[in-house]
Amino acid sequence: MATETGKRITDIGPPYYEKFLPPIIKKNYGKWKYHEVLKPGVLMHVGESGDKLYSVRAAAPRLTSTKTIRLFAEIADQFSGGYLRYTSRNNIEFLLTDEKKIDPLIERLKKEGYPVGGIGPSITNIVHTQGWVHCHSAASDASGVVKAVMDELFPRFEKMDLPGKLRIAFACCLNMCGAVHCSDIAILAVHRTLPKINTQLLPKICEIPTTVSSCPTGAIRPKMVDGKQTVEIIEEQCMFCGNCFTVCPAMTLADAENDGLSIWVGGKVSNARHEPMFSKLAIPFIPNNPPRWPEVVAAVKNIVDVYAKNASKYERMGEWIERIGWPRFFKLTGIEFTKYHIDDFRHAGETYKRSLHLKHTPAEG
Amino acid sequence: MADKKKPTPKLDELEKGPWPSFVKEIKLSAETNVASQAVLGILERSYNEKIGHWKHGGIVGVKGYGGGIIGRYNDIPEDFPEIAEFHTLRVNQPAGWFYTSDALRTLCDIWEKHGSGLTNMHGSTGDIIFLGTTTEELEPTFNALTAAGFDLGGSGSAVRTPSACCGMARCEWACYDTMAVAHDITMTYQDELHRPAFPYKFKFKMSGCPNDCVASIARADMSIIGTWRDNIQVDKDAVAAYASSGKRDIAKDVVEKCPSKCMAWDGKTLHIDNSNCVRCMHCINVMPKALAPGKDRGATILVGSKAPIIEGALLSAVFIPFLKMEPPYEDLKELVHAMWELWAENGKNRERIGEFIQRIGLGNFLEQIGLEPVPEMISEPRSNPYIFYEVKKG
Repeated sequence: MATETGKRITDIGPPYYEKFLPPIIKKNYGKWKYHEVLKPGVLMHVGESGDKLYSVRAAAPRLTSTKTIRLFAEIADQFSGGYLRYTSRNNIEFLLTDEKKIDPLIERLKKEGYPVGGIGPSITNIVHTQGWVHCHSAASDASGVVKAVMDELFPRFEKMDLPGKLRIAFACCLNMCGAVHCSDIAILAVHRTLPKINTQLLPKICEIPTTVSSCPTGAIRPKMVDGKQTVEIIEEQCMFCGNCFTVCPAMTLADAENDGLSIWVGGKVSNARHEPMFSKLAIPFIPNNPPRWPEVVAAVKNIVDVYAKNASKYERMGEWIERIGWPRFFKLTGIEFTKYHIDDFRHAGETYKRSLHLKHTPAEG
Repeated sequence: MADKKKPTPKLDELEKGPWPSFVKEIKLSAETNVASQAVLGILERSYNEKIGHWKHGGIVGVKGYGGGIIGRYNDIPEDFPEIAEFHTLRVNQPAGWFYTSDALRTLCDIWEKHGSGLTNMHGSTGDIIFLGTTTEELEPTFNALTAAGFDLGGSGSAVRTPSACCGMARCEWACYDTMAVAHDITMTYQDELHRPAFPYKFKFKMSGCPNDCVASIARADMSIIGTWRDNIQVDKDAVAAYASSGKRDIAKDVVEKCPSKCMAWDGKTLHIDNSNCVRCMHCINVMPKALAPGKDRGATILVGSKAPIIEGALLSAVFIPFLKMEPPYEDLKELVHAMWELWAENGKNRERIGEFIQRIGLGNFLEQIGLEPVPEMISEPRSNPYIFYEVKKG
């Protein structure tokens, strides 16, 4: 910046975190002994010193107005000495030292429309991407689907009545800015039609070699149109990943009729019990149906309810499915199994069943 | 209020229900900001047409930086001139996402003056996201941010803004100081963060224990995840208290769930065969008052995770089974430099380091960066006999 001395400031990095830590954290840094979940949305951390820190976790929308951030700041001034933090899943946490302030804080947050919960065996905030709000490659809106799904699953945020943690994530295209690929339930927006090539614009704004080499399946090749160098797509080789659109804006993918959502299940990042796992395809496609995407909401709720009813204590979605087997997962959820569920990309054969370990049931009747 | 001449009946539906509403948030900003009003309009249009109206392309930024700003334009500027340019700024968050109310108000002051007032707290990589301003306002916003002690985060083919779990600040399971490492790495690589010079993006994520609250193993080119080498710390009385209070069925909730079957419970004492423990965290997670990670703590360094684009999603793979993580982290940085040198020289455009390693082979990669192969790096040795033997000639 042109400061008073005229020097422009660059490369200073983020503010040093220590100045934002409340005194109780500075004092007990690295010396916490244990924690307890006192009730939904409320954690108590106890230091070796005996000090107690209370964290109250509230749902925050990832898309937040500065006016709401000011509200959170004011609430923090009133209840937690001005100290607060955000979680890795876009929740907000107020850091209290006075136990008596917990309930009034919860009341205040509820009144303002930011309910408390999302700790323990519950569904916490859905991490998500920009969607139609601000992204160029979105195949759906992110905030809208997330809002509709969480309205429906809301009791599971406020209570802790699931077998284990359940983490939902949303990404609005295969770029997966939300890295949904290791979530208990992933909602992934998909394009399903060929990029539309703007042959007039393409030679002006795209590099042909970069565009051609961007395709993971080699489906793009150079082509002359009206004496201008552009590209064409080998239709049967395109799997709609959108990588070409990222490097060449003249190859748009959005398609009002054919874009929509897919649902994936059984991923996790934690190492607890089972090793981390990818999410696997449950539902290949559900059309976009704004503003509340009722088909997506119903599909997610069904999977959550079947999991809640059938999984054993502590089991994550993927652990439960691994125990009962995929055939039973499809049967219990009533989800149709199609050819799209069978992998046909790199190393696809690794997922074919190559043993006799099958759970047969006797013929009916 | 939002412009009454342009009703938003579809979006209004998303103000209903118990979950916090992003529509309410946009409307709050729209009360005082015309760009946010236009966002409501263009989003309602998307909800009607089932298609997005944003374009990328065009290089925008602040002087001397190659990243931190995402250029964004709408494709119907004649209808929405207020957001013809609506660029994103990524602002590097403080490690662990801790704030004071004053710091948040400072950010709000800057963004209400220079932009839409819409934010993401936070973006997927961890940055504070300022959502939407004009090209003209970028430099003034940046100047206001740096004057207040904030800086831009990463974008493009650069080091992306590192992120960390709350670690030692508020977790007894933190096996190293995640926030300190995130801050140190961020400060060490300011140039690599602000001036993209790699084949593609490179992300660091610091998790304090194998629970991995920042999804490091799925989302970081270098995953630094806390673990320990010695025995799980056991408070026998506290184990007994969990059992006698009925809060935990030790046999069922703890022993049976152990993935390596290294535990036994005789009704009085919990026996742990630590030599067979895989440090998964389950028993510690369910009895936090009784069990804790050991005292010889550090981290496992894993490399190469990413989302699907281009060659398919990957989880990070073990590179260093255990590292003590002591400042100034020279051993870690030596590994980083060796990896970057090889990848920067040989990686293809938009090839993440995990894909590069798969292309040339982990064995070759290790050899070229001078890291000895160890069996902890694989789940099993190869089963195919197609080995590229290197026999000395002559």
